[in-house]
Amino acid sequence: MIAINNLSKKFGKLEVLKNINLQLHKAECIALIGPNGCGKTSLIKCILGMVIPNSGDILFNNKSIRKDIDYRKHIGYMPQIGRYPEHMTIGQIISMVKGIRNSKELLDEDLYRQFNIEKLLNKRMSTLSGGTTQKVSATLAFLFDPGVLILDEPTAGLDPLAAEILKEKIIAEKAKGKLILITSHLLSELDGLVSQIIFMQEGQMIFHKEVESIKRETGTDKISSAIVHILKQPVYV
Amino acid sequence: MYRIFKYVMLDIVKNKIVIVYAIILALFSWSAFSLEDNASKGLLTLLNIVLLTVPLVSILFSTIYIYNSSQFIELLVSHPIKRRKIWMSLFFGLAISLSLAFLLGAGIPILFFADLPKALMMISVGTLITIIFIAIAFLSTILSRDKAKGIGISILLWLYFALLFDGLVLFLLFQFADYPIEKAMVGITALSPIDLARILILLQLDVSAMMGYTGAIFKDFFGTSFGLFISFMLLILWIVIPLGISLIKFKRKDL
Repeated sequence: MIAINNLSKKFGKLEVLKNINLQLHKAECIALIGPNGCGKTSLIKCILGMVIPNSGDILFNNKSIRKDIDYRKHIGYMPQIGRYPEHMTIGQIISMVKGIRNSKELLDEDLYRQFNIEKLLNKRMSTLSGGTTQKVSATLAFLFDPGVLILDEPTAGLDPLAAEILKEKIIAEKAKGKLILITSHLLSELDGLVSQIIFMQEGQMIFHKEVESIKRETGTDKISSAIVHILKQPVYV
Repeated sequence: MYRIFKYVMLDIVKNKIVIVYAIILALFSWSAFSLEDNASKGLLTLLNIVLLTVPLVSILFSTIYIYNSSQFIELLVSHPIKRRKIWMSLFFGLAISLSLAFLLGAGIPILFFADLPKALMMISVGTLITIIFIAIAFLSTILSRDKAKGIGISILLWLYFALLFDGLVLFLLFQFADYPIEKAMVGITALSPIDLARILILLQLDVSAMMGYTGAIFKDFFGTSFGLFISFMLLILWIVIPLGISLIKFKRKDL
């Protein structure tokens, strides 16, 4: 569904992405992990067209994203830190995004209801806590029932109850056959959620493997301990 | 594009600065015309106020507004909207609201007091100057990610066009007083939209006689309909070029 070919990006002299090649398919739930500043968010932003790569290309359903921006209709994006116009209320933001997307498909209002957004519609974005902002971001990402979900640190800042709601929603969407890309530092949360892992370090992709095969190779039964096991091997240090 | 434009317009109108700006322009204009005994003098007084304040307000308000819209832009770019549409909606939102403020504030008293050809010239030049400095603001915001730096660039550009450029022209004029540079002066005025605007209005007011031989050359060029056409084209280029450069840079910008 998404193919990334020889993607490289520099910010000034800093090389944040070095020749990344990836194939992401439907009905996969992929965790993008790696230390801080390894290029996870840059990679995501390249897919979304927010960051323009220096070289390489990204194909969405075999079409280059450089020319046609319509592919973004099929992506729901939840940013790590949602930045919204501060003077607008939640209701205005949601209706604006609805207006801009102008989607004729049925809206998926599960999170809207479960997070009780309705009660907060008149609150200005500047008065919201980090967690509530994340709830708004999550609601917007899932609202248009997109085929691809890109979630950048989805549960960071959410209370346990909201995090659980979101996690269940992710599992439900995965069952519908959507492609889900998650970045997270909380490895324990990824158990039972993801089917593949992409590990990045210093702008390079170290590996892209099925969770099962990682667990088998390392002889562990949890993602977190498997990753720790891999990191301790001298090759990756 | 209309949908984004609508939100930008609503947002600017809610921002009371544009309304205050219109009221201040109205105060200036009504008092300029009421204090002078004839409309031409009033127009001359107003011209000097307009050529100083309109560019300043246009460039500063737009620069700050674009920087404050960074979150709005960031929210929109991950959705299926072309970047060109986002940028142009911001531009039209600012251009239309600030031009409206100028038309309501200064345009009405000008139409009321001055005779029609002069009034129309003054209004169209004032509107063009407004839009030109908004376009220049778009250029200076795209040149720097840092808000303070961007506002600094805007203020410097305004200072250059409103004050320094005149000083430079005067300096050149004195240095090369012995040479026949009158024709070259016509070309040099094209380098500053404010000077171009000033000459267009002054020629309408028949005070060009006071500018001596240079004034006569100006009259020869800008007084003809061809000259008028060229000068309006130049003013429009002052909008298209900065806006075009900023749009190309915005399309390549990392957010």
